[in-house]
Amino acid sequence: MAVIEQLTQDFLRTKKLPHIWCPGCGNGIVTAALVRAIERADYDQRDVVIVSGIGCSSRAAGYLNFNTLHTTHGRALAFATGLKMARPELKLFVIMGDGDCSAIGGNHFIHSARRNIDLNAIVVNNHIYGMTGGQHSPLTPTGKRATTAPRGTLEREFNLLDLARGAGSTFGARGNAAQPRQLEQLIARAAKHKGFSVVEALSPCPIAYGRRNKLGGPVDMLKNMKESSISIERAAGKEDSELEGKTITGVIYQDEVPEYAAEYYYSIGKEIPVNTGG
Amino acid sequence: MPETKPVLMQGNEACAEGAISAGVRFYAGYPITPSTEVAERMAARLPDLGGVFIQMEDEIASMAAVIGASIGGMRTITATSGPGFSLKQENIGYAIMAEIPCVIVDVQRMGPSTGVPTAPSQGDVMQARWGTHGDHPVIVFSPSSVYETYYLTIAAVNLSQKLRQPVILLLDEVIGHMREKVTIPRDSKLMVEKVSDKVPADWKPYDEKGLTPLVPFGFGHYYHVTGLFHDQYGFPTGDPPQVERSLDRIHEKLEKSRDEVVLTNYIGHKEPRVVIVTYGCSVRSARAVVKKAYWNNRQPVGLLSLQTLWPFPDREVKELAKKADVIIVPEMNMGQIISEVERHVKGEAEVIPLNRYDGEMISPDQISDLMGRWLS
Repeated sequence: MAVIEQLTQDFLRTKKLPHIWCPGCGNGIVTAALVRAIERADYDQRDVVIVSGIGCSSRAAGYLNFNTLHTTHGRALAFATGLKMARPELKLFVIMGDGDCSAIGGNHFIHSARRNIDLNAIVVNNHIYGMTGGQHSPLTPTGKRATTAPRGTLEREFNLLDLARGAGSTFGARGNAAQPRQLEQLIARAAKHKGFSVVEALSPCPIAYGRRNKLGGPVDMLKNMKESSISIERAAGKEDSELEGKTITGVIYQDEVPEYAAEYYYSIGKEIPVNTGG
Repeated sequence: MPETKPVLMQGNEACAEGAISAGVRFYAGYPITPSTEVAERMAARLPDLGGVFIQMEDEIASMAAVIGASIGGMRTITATSGPGFSLKQENIGYAIMAEIPCVIVDVQRMGPSTGVPTAPSQGDVMQARWGTHGDHPVIVFSPSSVYETYYLTIAAVNLSQKLRQPVILLLDEVIGHMREKVTIPRDSKLMVEKVSDKVPADWKPYDEKGLTPLVPFGFGHYYHVTGLFHDQYGFPTGDPPQVERSLDRIHEKLEKSRDEVVLTNYIGHKEPRVVIVTYGCSVRSARAVVKKAYWNNRQPVGLLSLQTLWPFPDREVKELAKKADVIIVPEMNMGQIISEVERHVKGEAEVIPLNRYDGEMISPDQISDLMGRWLS
């Protein structure tokens, strides 16, 4: 059997498909990249837990064949923190949307970063609240239209990775749905990093965001996403003027700092059970 | 019998010790008066027991972390007070829906809002019942002494595990901060009721047939946990018959275990004319009055103290209403449990409120004055 079919068989709950996402949505691409990254990381299926919040992308948890925890809006990281502290040997991937993570969940996001707890946050950034029909989020670029910003939002957007790093996160990467192989590698690297990792996955929402902002159909949006991206390696040495309007992808930062759960267990003199997988 | 040692401690400390005796090894919380001593005790004790103490960024996160740790297989508790209890409500609803065991302590203080943070009140009776949205079952205990706090915390943890249902402990500020003698068994392991170690071959996380143990994450049983209505395997559903069945099932599990869930205590005359129905620290004032009136003077009075507030002890109150002419309901609020008493008494006895909401306890004199009027 081809590798990809085997992966589908093992890691997807095929009976729960088709998924609820709209045609042209990037969530499926990001979910597929996550599945391949888990495969690449070579974890035992038993040790992997998928935690998610509320929103379109958070529905991914229901399609993945692991222990999956679909929590309340904005709180995925707080649930994950409790689970990781109770069971530090587990490998947690936390899927959140941009609003889920950075608005209602903003407090948990910065504090997870500050603790540097070993969670892998996958933030699917489509710049909009999709499930509720297209309201602006803290990651909607200034000037873009939303149902709650019909004339274009006046608010400034967060740079999610600057926010995470400033708060103490030790691994940050950015990828997009137009370059799924790179995204897969980034998630796999995040998984191997000990500490709070953030992978921002840019993803098109043609229905609730693209249409209102005249960004074209799904293909146009993916094409634009690819063309406006530049890898951090290629961006190195370029003038600021040359990078105007470009989105930098790749591993943006990686620091080695003690990880919280490991430090806690060391401090109480208790051994963390060895990962049974790998 | 395990060896015992009497110690002097606060209600809040007894609550922490009760949790530890019941096998709780995880605490997540956020500082708030008058509950902070529970957190401080846990922070001091849990690391030595190999447990986890974590101070979270807010009340919401504390509730979430407790649920997350429970899914990992730990016994968990969190403590807060009025304003923090309000913040925890959404995730309490999640734990009820997803059937995740945990214990939530609310050391009540005078509200609404920031209120009088250091003054006692029994104002959260209805919040404990209806604080989270939607129709949902709840279990709420209200201890009247430090000793009772210790044992009701143990009962809360064990019941929560057995029914896979959050249990709320409503403490009064005066119970939380009062020091009394408690006898704590030396071997705390004896207090832990094991639910089940074995996973049946046909295990389903939300078996329609009835109670099924929670199998923690990480042991190869790949199921889904969600706050959405879900099928027997945890997967979301909006199918009307399934939705109705699920809601019925989470209510029925409490009804089927009523004898373990509904705890009350009656003292006094066998054929009382006047009965006091109360809970928490108000039991203490009422007990002093009833002891004097019944034991010393053989007057036809009685006291029904409610250790369980929710589900409401309807049968016990109905029984007394058949005998008594008058039921007095002292509460340190503007009248919360009294509407429930009236609902079940259905006019069979006169139900008289005794409310105090100035941040002070109801005194025995207040109760005996009112009781005297109905006895003469």
